[in-house]
Parts: sequence; C-alpha cells; structure tokens
Amino acid sequence: MAGARLLDEAEVRRATTRIAHEILERNKGAEGVVLVGIAARGDDLARRLASEIARIEGATPPVGVLDITFYRDDIGMRAEAPEVHETRVDFDINGKTVVLVDDVLFTGRTIRAALDALVDFGRPTAIQLAVLVDRGHRELPIRADFVGKNLPTRRDEQVRVAVKELDGEDAVYVEEPRGAAGGGSER
Amino acid sequence: MNKHLLSIHDVTAEDVVRILDTAESFREVGTRVIKKVPALRGRTVVNLFYESSTRTRISFELAAKRLSADVINFSTSGSSVAKGESLKDTALTLQAMGADAIVIRHASSGAPLTLTKWVRGSVLNAGDGTHEHPTQALLDLYTMRERLGRLEGLRVAIVGDVLHSRVARSLSFALVKMGAEVTLVGPPTLIPPDAPAWGVQVSYDVGAVLPKLDVCYMLRVQRERQRQQYFPSVREYARLFGLTRERVGMLPEGSLIMHPGPMNRGVEIDSDVADLPQSVIEDQVTNGIAIRMALLYLLLGGSGAEAGEAA
Amino acid sequence: MSRRILLKGARIVDPAAGRDEVGDVLVQDGTIGAGDRAAGATVLDCDGLVLAPGLVDLHTHLRQPGREDEETVETGCRAAAVGGFTAVSPMANTDPVADNAAVIHEVRDLGERAGLCDVFPVGAITRGLEGAEMAELGEMVEAGVRIFSDDGRSVPEARVLRNALTYARAFEGVIVAEHCEDASLVEGGQMHEGFHSYSLGLAGRPREAEEIVVARDLAVARLTGGRLHLCHLSSAGSVEMVRRAKAEGLRVTAEVTPHHLSFTDEDLRSYDTNFKVNPPLRAAEDRDALHAGLADGTIDVVATDHAPHAVEEKEAEFDQAPPGTIGLETALAAVLTHLVAPGRIRLARAVEALSTAPARILGAADHGGPIEPGRPANLVAFDPEAEWVVEAPFASKSRNSAFLGRTLRGRVVHTLYRGEPVVADGKAQR
Repeated sequence: MAGARLLDEAEVRRATTRIAHEILERNKGAEGVVLVGIAARGDDLARRLASEIARIEGATPPVGVLDITFYRDDIGMRAEAPEVHETRVDFDINGKTVVLVDDVLFTGRTIRAALDALVDFGRPTAIQLAVLVDRGHRELPIRADFVGKNLPTRRDEQVRVAVKELDGEDAVYVEEPRGAAGGGSER
Repeated sequence: MNKHLLSIHDVTAEDVVRILDTAESFREVGTRVIKKVPALRGRTVVNLFYESSTRTRISFELAAKRLSADVINFSTSGSSVAKGESLKDTALTLQAMGADAIVIRHASSGAPLTLTKWVRGSVLNAGDGTHEHPTQALLDLYTMRERLGRLEGLRVAIVGDVLHSRVARSLSFALVKMGAEVTLVGPPTLIPPDAPAWGVQVSYDVGAVLPKLDVCYMLRVQRERQRQQYFPSVREYARLFGLTRERVGMLPEGSLIMHPGPMNRGVEIDSDVADLPQSVIEDQVTNGIAIRMALLYLLLGGSGAEAGEAA
Repeated sequence: MSRRILLKGARIVDPAAGRDEVGDVLVQDGTIGAGDRAAGATVLDCDGLVLAPGLVDLHTHLRQPGREDEETVETGCRAAAVGGFTAVSPMANTDPVADNAAVIHEVRDLGERAGLCDVFPVGAITRGLEGAEMAELGEMVEAGVRIFSDDGRSVPEARVLRNALTYARAFEGVIVAEHCEDASLVEGGQMHEGFHSYSLGLAGRPREAEEIVVARDLAVARLTGGRLHLCHLSSAGSVEMVRRAKAEGLRVTAEVTPHHLSFTDEDLRSYDTNFKVNPPLRAAEDRDALHAGLADGTIDVVATDHAPHAVEEKEAEFDQAPPGTIGLETALAAVLTHLVAPGRIRLARAVEALSTAPARILGAADHGGPIEPGRPANLVAFDPEAEWVVEAPFASKSRNSAFLGRTLRGRVVHTLYRGEPVVADGKAQR
C-alpha cells in the first residue's frame, strides 16, 4: 500500500488495548455491554476489543456486525448501488449498552446511519462510539467516546486502515488525493 | 447493471452473483423484528399487473415496502386498465406520477420492452406472455445455491410445458449462463425444436433423466393444452411425465424438487410429493421477497449515470 | 395539359426497349415527344439521374372505402407518386369489399379525381372474401378489372380456386392472385416460426404454411391451365416450387415485397410492430433465396403490399398489433439499397421488376415503357446515389414503416404522370 504510515502494528495494538480499558472504566465493567462493529473492518476491530476485554475482565462481551449500506444518505447518487455486506446481530440489544466500533471517524454520516440501523434492532440503554482513528471534518454533530488516535488531515487526503484479517497487516496510512473521483469508503 | 430487467440476457454472470449475494443480506432483514430498511425511502414503485397474480404481486409489494418505498398497485380489475385504456396511455399516466420503477406482468410477450419506450423509470419484467420471467429464475437460482452450495455443474431438469413457459426460458438461460447442465423434458409437442441452440439437452424420457439430477424442476401444465391437443389426455401426460412417488424414488439423495407455482396437483406433480422435505417449494416463496428486494435495490440504488440505457 | 418538358442528360433505363444509355426525353401534351421539337420546353436537368418508365405496383392497400383514417385513395396515390409509381392496383379487402362493379367504379373514380397516378382496382375472387362463392368476375372485368384476389387470406378450398381459375380463362388478360397461407398452421402466429420466435416467446407461422398452399395452387393452375399470380412470396421453398413450375410451362407469375428483400426474423428481437407483417419476415436463407429468385426471373415483380395502419393500433402490444408495413415511398430505394448497390441484381432488372414486368402482367399498356414518341409520358427520374433517412411524416396518412430510421440509397426526384410533373424535386405538387 502506498502513502505514509502513521500507525504501525504495535501502535494499533496499544491503542486497542487502551480503548478496551476505557470502555471497561466508563461502563464500570463489561456487564450489559455489547460490541457492534460497522462493516467492514469495524467488525474486525470489535472482535479484537472483545478479546482484549475478555483478557482483562475474564468475560467476553457479545459481538455483532452491522452493515449500514441500506441506511446511507447517498443511495441513488452514485452510478451504481453501493455494495452490501453481511449484518449479524444475534443478540437482543434492548436495555444494553451498545458500543459501536468503526475504523475511521470522518464526516459522521456512517455513524448517523448506524444509529438509525441500531434503533430498528431495539432500544439500547446507551450507545457509545469507539473508533481507531478520528480524522476530523465532521459534517454532522457526532463525536466519539473512545478514540485510538486523533489524526488531523486535509479534507482531500485518504485515511486507510489495514487489518490483519483482511489486509494482512495492522496499520494506518494517509494517502495523497489520487485523481478527481475519490472512490474510497470515507464518509 | 442495466437500467431495466426485462430478460435474463440483461444480466451478466457477475451481475447474477451480485444479485444473489445482495439477496442474502435482504434475507437477513426478513429475520429482524423490524423488517424494514430506509434504502428506497421516497421512491415510488408501481405494480402494473395485467395478469392477475396475487402471489407474485404481493411478493413485489412486500419487497418494495420493506425497502421503505411507496407502492402503487395497478391491477386489471376495477381500474381504467380493465376499461381498455391502452398500455401507452397507462404508461404515460404512471410517468406523470413519477414512478421510479414499474413492475409489469402482462399477457403479451414483449410488453415490458415496449413499456420502456414511454417511461423514464426502471422497468422490471414480472412475466410477459410466454417470453421471460427473470425474477423467478433468479430466486430459483438463489434457492439452488443456498441448498446445494453452488450453481456451476449442477444437473437440472426442467420438466413439462416448456413451449409455453416463460419460467422455463428464463431459468434455462440463467442456468446455462452460470455453468449448469440443463435438460428439458416433456412430450415433443411441448418442447421447442430449436431448444438445443439455447445450450440445453432435450429428452422425452423422464425416467432416464431423473437418476442423474441435482434439481428436478417441474413446470405447470395447463389442462388447456390438452384441449389444444398437445397431448391426448391429462391421464396420459401424468402417467408419462408426472412426478409421482415412484419417480421421486429415482432421484438421487440430496436432490431438490422445485416448482414455480401454482401447482396442478395430480397433473405434473402428485399431492404427497409436493409436501416432501426434498421439495423446496416453500423456500422459493420466501426467497422471492429477498431477491425482489435485491433487484429493486440494485436497480434504483444507483443514479444510473453510467449504466447503459436498455431502450 | 400542354406542358413541354425536356428531361435532359438522364441515364435512360428502358427494359422494354432494351435501352440503357444517356439521352434526352421530351414530354409534351402528355406523351413522349420527338426529340427535334425541344425548343421552348422547360428544361429539367437530369444529369446524374436515372430516367425509367413510371413504377407499377401490383399489390397495394388504399383502405378506401372503410378505413379512411388509415389511408384514402388520394393520400395513397400521393404516396405512390412520391415513390415513383404511376400506376397502382389496390386490393379488394376494403369495407365494403370490392366484389362488385359499384365499388370498383368508386375506387377508380376516386383515383381519377386525385389525378396522381392510374388506379387499377383489384376485384375479389369470392363474395365478401368469404372464400365460398365466386364473385361476379365478368361484371368486374367489364368495369376494367384485370386482377382478382382474396388477398388477406387464401381461398380455403381447392375447388373454389379451380372454378375461379377456369372461369377467368374466358376473359382476356385476367389473372387470379393468391395470398398463400394455410390458416390452420398459422393460428395465433405472430412472426416466422424458428429459433427467434421460440426465444422471444411469440407463436410462429412456419414457412410450410405458405409452401403448402403454393404447392396446392400450382397444382390447381396445372389442372386448369389458368393464369395464376402468387403474392408476396416469403420462403425459399416457395421460390423453388415456382422455378420448377415455370420450367414446366405453367402460366404462373410471382411477386416479392421490398421488406422481405431487406429484413429477416432476427429484426423482430426489438418487438417493433413495424416488423410484424404477413407473411412474416423469415430467416436469412429465405431472404437470400428471394434475392436469387428476383435476379433469375423466377420472381417476376417487386410489389409493395403497402399496408397502412392507424398509429394507435401499431403502438399496442406486439400480439395485439395488426400486421403490415407501408411501402410505396421506400420501395425503389429499398431495392436499390439492398439489391442493386451490393451487386445482386442489375439496375435494369430492378426497373423491369418494378415497372416493365408488372405493367405487362397487369395489361397496363400505358405503363412500363418503352419510352418512345407517341406513348403516354409515365416516367420517373431518380437519383440512384442520394442517401436519405426514412422518417415520418410520410405522404401516406400512416407511418408504420419497417424502414423508419434507416438510411436508404436512392431517391425519386421527378415523377411524371401522363406528362404532368406530379412530383418535382422530391415533393408532391398536388
């Protein structure tokens, strides 16, 4: 992958561990906490957090994956319909604290969509947001509760998170804008 | 993907995989408590059914509603369609209403293609005359892939009145496209002589074909065809080509029995056979909604800016 | 009209005189004049144009009386003139049917009043086109009819055809024209039966439906010694049977339409109802056999089967739309584009098939050439190279043309009817 690497494997691991501690601290343990990762990559991170929490607390919180494609606000604006991924939330979220997990927080639109999706699954007691990278440039009033790293970026730069499960390594890259059409999954 | 879905020839093999994968996600939506997503909120989907078909129309209606689209139903009874308004005038009315998608079922082959000349929205063929029924074929492919894990190399027999069946055409084209082996079975009077040019085999002996199948797909045979003398009697048809208990015993372990519905119990399929566990006829109905949601989503979820215009 | 016109520098193609050379033709007082009287005549520069005897259409539908919404004798004749025709034979399937002298006279009078071309109405073979009893052929012959046809359908029983062919022998120069189609084999059929009809989900009309009746009619012609004309042949098998019948010496003539020479059943993949015709457009091998048949004279003439239909009827679903395409305005161009330009037939043969031969079959002495002094000036001057796109509106009242949107090569510039330029510079003058 091209671009400057801002976080390497060790730094990603440390950030993940710290977030896991912060989640447990904020919620006074893992009781009633469930993790829902936003596809794709958010769910790999959610699973990592779950095993970290298990290592610290001794109990593994349930993990689900949520695809928010159907809740996007830009359906019908691109040439092709956006690609759909798997959703699996096998547990009841009513009365739980849902920690949404995503790789990059950018405009906030993905999270807005995820909130709408979650609400269709039930009524959680609280929804918190954990992201590996917050790169600024919010377009909606959304903020993260747990942040791995704050990364100031230019609007036109691309931030790419790599996870071992999908990309063979754990890292965070920043890339220069490449041509006019920014395809990526930045939202 | 193309702007319209008029025929199986409108989708590539890659498109088919995409449609089936997308349907997977929509099936999950059907398991939620709230079986609705806002993906097509504010869009208008019109069901224009010139042939009465409660089953397919409800399937499309549910699909559209679960995508949060607004649905308008035009059916033949009790509307200007019944009073003899031309297809063109009906189309222009729908166009004026701002229909984003029109799902049309019509007794005349080619009617959906004609419709695309007069409307700007996407047109989905829900069955036109004896030409095609692409959404049925796609949901059948979905059922096969789900139960058997693959499509390539599957050995499928389509049994019955192929000549008059739009389902048989769409399904044959779709299976051949995905690399399956298709055999058409029936009396010679009900199989088009040029069918081998579609890439399929033909047999007049159902007993010879059954032991080597992964899927046995039974077509509906209308009693009308006996009146038109395509075969001498229903009794003889059932005896030579019907799926009886004994014939089911000839099918290999794990093979599927399918039927697009509605069934003529006692003609092409015996009553107790339709209710066997190998028969996935019920699944076909459930999967129909997911496939139709996937199609509506894929057709309307893009702006269509780069997709080729079909008409 | 005492108009003197000099058509200067045209390539004169006149099969009746065996002539193909550049020259001038003088027209005066409705006839061809002698070349030395050219002084003071209006000169029409025909450099680059072909001058031929006016075209003659043996098979056309003018819809009047009965369907004046689709076409009238006047609008049909205008379409004919625009297409270079100076004589047309309208078929008898009007409403009322032209099975008696009264309707024949009416149609002929309408043609005279329009003054755009000669109209030679066709009479029905059977009363009401019902195929049962012979119509009063003799009375219609007295009214000027030379062709009898139940076109639209075949005479169902061989016995009735036999009687008509035999009875017609009493009348000099009269022919019986048959539309060959076995009704039981084509029931519900929308297009040619073959790979495409099976794929498109449209019921088919097999070529055997035509060939069976062609075989029957040729046998009846042999039995009676009558003069038989076969309308709009569409299948290779029919062409072969006619070839053998002619070799045998039977008195049979045959026609083919411009659309059967230009299109095949594959063109119906678009479900465009302008390609829905009867007999249907068949496979490539049939079209090629029609080309060969026209080239070697097995098929004598090109006849348009011009069939106007109301716009809303053609805009309906495919199986609801009536069959037929208009053709008077595109016939010459279609033959030039699809047969002459690719070298399948020579220009002289094309002119013969469109003018000289039909005039002879019809017995229309004033048409078809030769272009010589004293003969009526029924002429057409056309540019064989001019390319044009076929689009509505047409001179015909209807617009159901199979050629819509196509680019054709060859365009009529002037049509002279009895010496009067009814079409000049491609435009109808009245």
